[in-house]
Amino acid sequence: MASVRPLRQPQPEAPALHARAMDNLSFIRQTMERATSFTAVPGWGGVAMGVTGLLAASFADRHRGTSLWLTTWLGTAGVALAIGGGTMAAKARRAGTPVFSYSGRRFVLSYLPPALVGILLTVVLVRAGVQSALPGTWLLLYGTGVVTGGAYSVRAVPLMGLCFMALGAVALFAPAGWGDALMALGFGGFHIGFGLVIARRHGG
Amino acid sequence: MAEPHAADPGPVAAARVVRQEALELDRLIHERMRLAIVSALAVNESLTFNELKRLLETTDGNLSVHARKLEEARYITCKKSFEGRLPRTEYRLSPAGRQALERYLDHMEALIRTMRDR
Repeated sequence: MASVRPLRQPQPEAPALHARAMDNLSFIRQTMERATSFTAVPGWGGVAMGVTGLLAASFADRHRGTSLWLTTWLGTAGVALAIGGGTMAAKARRAGTPVFSYSGRRFVLSYLPPALVGILLTVVLVRAGVQSALPGTWLLLYGTGVVTGGAYSVRAVPLMGLCFMALGAVALFAPAGWGDALMALGFGGFHIGFGLVIARRHGG
Repeated sequence: MAEPHAADPGPVAAARVVRQEALELDRLIHERMRLAIVSALAVNESLTFNELKRLLETTDGNLSVHARKLEEARYITCKKSFEGRLPRTEYRLSPAGRQALERYLDHMEALIRTMRDR
């Protein structure tokens, strides 16, 4: 008796299903990554950064025009960076997501260009003896970093960035004596205010 | 007489397994928008209606229809409150929803494995 062979060929939907499964997995991964960056910004970290900003402003104001003023603010920027990075990593750990995921890297990369511009402009402005232009420049560039880094984050983050940018613009044209007060409002007040909102609504 | 290809399941049998797997899929979260809602809530303690809408770039109507289906299946929980005068709807993934997502992920991996091992 002749052996029976199936006349029908394998269903073409099998490889299609395989491709769809791959596509579904990648869709889930992308959605999770976007959703993670959405609330990756640490609220309590922002509050702590704000407190350091207020302390720095009250100290630096008494040493206006000296090198100690510049050292105080640069040192505070370093401390704030450490607080921000540390609390962001802690929040990611609590959520069970890797800190340097695609979204984490995107966040850091968005901050990097304005930060580099800030460093260069600081050197140039100090050399030119126009230290009074630094508060406006710092506020403006920090705001730019927050807006671009937080573009896909909760609404409070880009909104905070815009507030920093507006304050920076005011500082650039305000009398030199207002610099520390405006930075106290921005690096202190905005960080604390928006930090509290993010912490209360978006898991710390 | 022996069945032809009895020892080797071959491409036809593999395709049948894959089709069977597909039939057993959790249709509820297989739909793209519902899969996106569940995936976003899996990495967040909670998200509000407006946050989900913005994150998933969808409309009020579309989001509320799909969220209600997930809610009816008890995959997500919904808490309504007021923030001042504005209503606030907050969604969370339930343990059943998390389990459904894990099952779905296992399913997708099994589909890929089946085709790779052919």
